[in-house]
Amino acid sequence: MSSQAVLVIDGELYGFNSMRTGNNSPDSATNALQGVMDKCGMKLEDIHYVVGTGYGRVNVPFAHKAITEIACHARGANYMGGNGVRTILDMGGQDCKAIHCDEKGKVTNFLMNDKCAAGTGRGMEVISDLMQIPIAELGPRSFDVDVEPDAVSSVCVVFAKSEALGLLKAGYTKNKVIAAYCQAMAERVVSLLERINVEEGFFITGGIAKNPGVVKRIEKLLGIKAMETKIDSQIAGALGAALFGYTLMSKKAAAA
Amino acid sequence: MIANYGYKDGSGEYYISIDTDKCIGCTAERACLTACPKQMFEIITDDYDDEVAWIKKPNCRTLAYDCADCKPSGGYSSLPCIAACTPGAIKHSW
Repeated sequence: MSSQAVLVIDGELYGFNSMRTGNNSPDSATNALQGVMDKCGMKLEDIHYVVGTGYGRVNVPFAHKAITEIACHARGANYMGGNGVRTILDMGGQDCKAIHCDEKGKVTNFLMNDKCAAGTGRGMEVISDLMQIPIAELGPRSFDVDVEPDAVSSVCVVFAKSEALGLLKAGYTKNKVIAAYCQAMAERVVSLLERINVEEGFFITGGIAKNPGVVKRIEKLLGIKAMETKIDSQIAGALGAALFGYTLMSKKAAAA
Repeated sequence: MIANYGYKDGSGEYYISIDTDKCIGCTAERACLTACPKQMFEIITDDYDDEVAWIKKPNCRTLAYDCADCKPSGGYSSLPCIAACTPGAIKHSW
């Protein structure tokens, strides 16, 4: 799980900082913000408006407003992928969200699944620890198999972990188990996406967007290629929050 | 906006959908608030500053159990929340 801080100046992305979340949300938020300001050579006093988002949004002590990550991911994806973005899949550390938005990045339909870790970054972390393989290597290694295995059948991470252990004992290579888990994750999120009607202009945000093992399998199941961006997909929510902040600050300034 | 609250687990999909375009300016005087025996509905100001109904957070993860009493097996022929919402904003996925 991670925390991001994004700095937007005049409505444009200026800098960002991404770091692992500690056990104290206010401290994590403060450290993430301090990090981006240090990178950009600026001071905290230079900030005009802060919007908190994500699970810790109410624990950002310096935030002027809190906005849900659903609206923020849509706004961020709209910035990163352009106004052609319609379907957004956010695969974050703690949940998975399917979002449909209009050409302005306004949410028109959404659903999320935050009840269990299946289909989330946390699930992938569990498999990474179990296999003793760095999380960044899981995606590429999932393609290094002779035959694509069936998906891990369990929809629960706890059971999937047990099933993965069983597959290893049955003689599966680590890569084959990882492939089976990536396929299971892809199938799970695709079933969520189908509830909101997937359209062209498909954009994936969140940390798992960096895992080609899951992304390629999702694309294959949907028959749609995900849009690419040069901006780190993991900052989409924070970027959307910063853009909301810029809009709110501009409105406030205009009204003054 | 169609807002889906709920979850999917090994036993099925349990989502309550609220069409916020129909919910804004409710003509049923927010009847959903009192129609639900579990009082799961709540009025909030959403991210776009509209006053709409949503499902309280704790209930989003227990819908299959919370709504069970209002399903046909509980003796109802129609769901109280859907019947009360005359604008037709509320739907159940199961």
